Amino acid sequence: MTMKRLFGTSILALLAAAFFTGLVLAQQPVPTPSDDQVNHIAHQLYCPVCENTPLDVCPTEACRQWRDLIRQQLAQGWTEDQIKQYFVQQYGVRVLAEPPQSGLNWLIYILPPLIILAGAFILFRALRTWTRPASASAAVGANESAAQDEYVARLEEELKKRK
Amino acid sequence: MTGTTPNTARRAVPLWAQIIIWVSLLGLLVMVAIELNHSQQGQVARGDRIGNFTMPLFSGFELNGQGQFNLADYHGKVVMVNFWASWCKPCEQEAPDLEQAWQFYQGDGRVVFVGADYVDTEPEARAYLAKFGITFANGPDLGTRVSQLFRIKGVPETYFIDRQGILQYAQIGPFESVDEIKSIIDPLLK
Repeated sequence: MTMKRLFGTSILALLAAAFFTGLVLAQQPVPTPSDDQVNHIAHQLYCPVCENTPLDVCPTEACRQWRDLIRQQLAQGWTEDQIKQYFVQQYGVRVLAEPPQSGLNWLIYILPPLIILAGAFILFRALRTWTRPASASAAVGANESAAQDEYVARLEEELKKRK
Repeated sequence: MTGTTPNTARRAVPLWAQIIIWVSLLGLLVMVAIELNHSQQGQVARGDRIGNFTMPLFSGFELNGQGQFNLADYHGKVVMVNFWASWCKPCEQEAPDLEQAWQFYQGDGRVVFVGADYVDTEPEARAYLAKFGITFANGPDLGTRVSQLFRIKGVPETYFIDRQGILQYAQIGPFESVDEIKSIIDPLLK
């Protein structure tokens, strides 16, 4: 009986310890995000006020506020995607360094390689066209010189006959 | 004399490929033209009809109990739209004058003030509003949609829309005094 009670008490104590340990762990704040963590996300964003300057290196007050906000959000446990989504929702899709691959944005990803391929194809065709007449004319030149040689040979032969 | 004729006949590009290439090029040119046209339009000008827009308002800065500002709801009133940001130093210069002007017109009921917080963060925006004791309706310019509608170039900028929904005045830069604001609104109320 005593053993049973002791066993029961031990189990309860263990469960209580596990519960409170869990509570303490859950209450522990996320460590303060480092500058590198903040800048990793900031590098993927552009503030509309300072065009062409990534957020991580932008010196303006507006950008400093944005970086502080990213730090706060990271400290609250937000993921990178959640933070980027928040900025898109607040300031529009143009804040993203890389536009999302949807809608007309696909053109940004598809057009450059297509244009490069088309350019390479056109260049290839042009080079073939440029080189073909040259070789053809070289062939003609060779034939002409051969024909000329034949003519010279015949001329010499005729001259020999007359001597 | 003998000779060979070089074979210069070229294979023609298929018709479908030509159509695709030309349509693509045309589409690209149209897109560039639209974008260029948009970027060169400049700000909205006096006499332009302002299209309807909606904007969420910060809690505590609602207008007539509404958490969203809808321009169409205020047809028949003079509407002042002020673009500002907490990081904008010239905005601080005009903030007390704007609030003073709002206090002057608030009871009249024929004038509506609304602040559009441009590219800002809410904690800083709220601190700014508290610092200058702003009480008129204010909200974030979500997705910079409203500022794009007015094609603003920076902050502060303030637009005055008459009772017919026509833009009558655009102030680029901060106001110097309350009287300056009144001198714009008063003629619109006559």
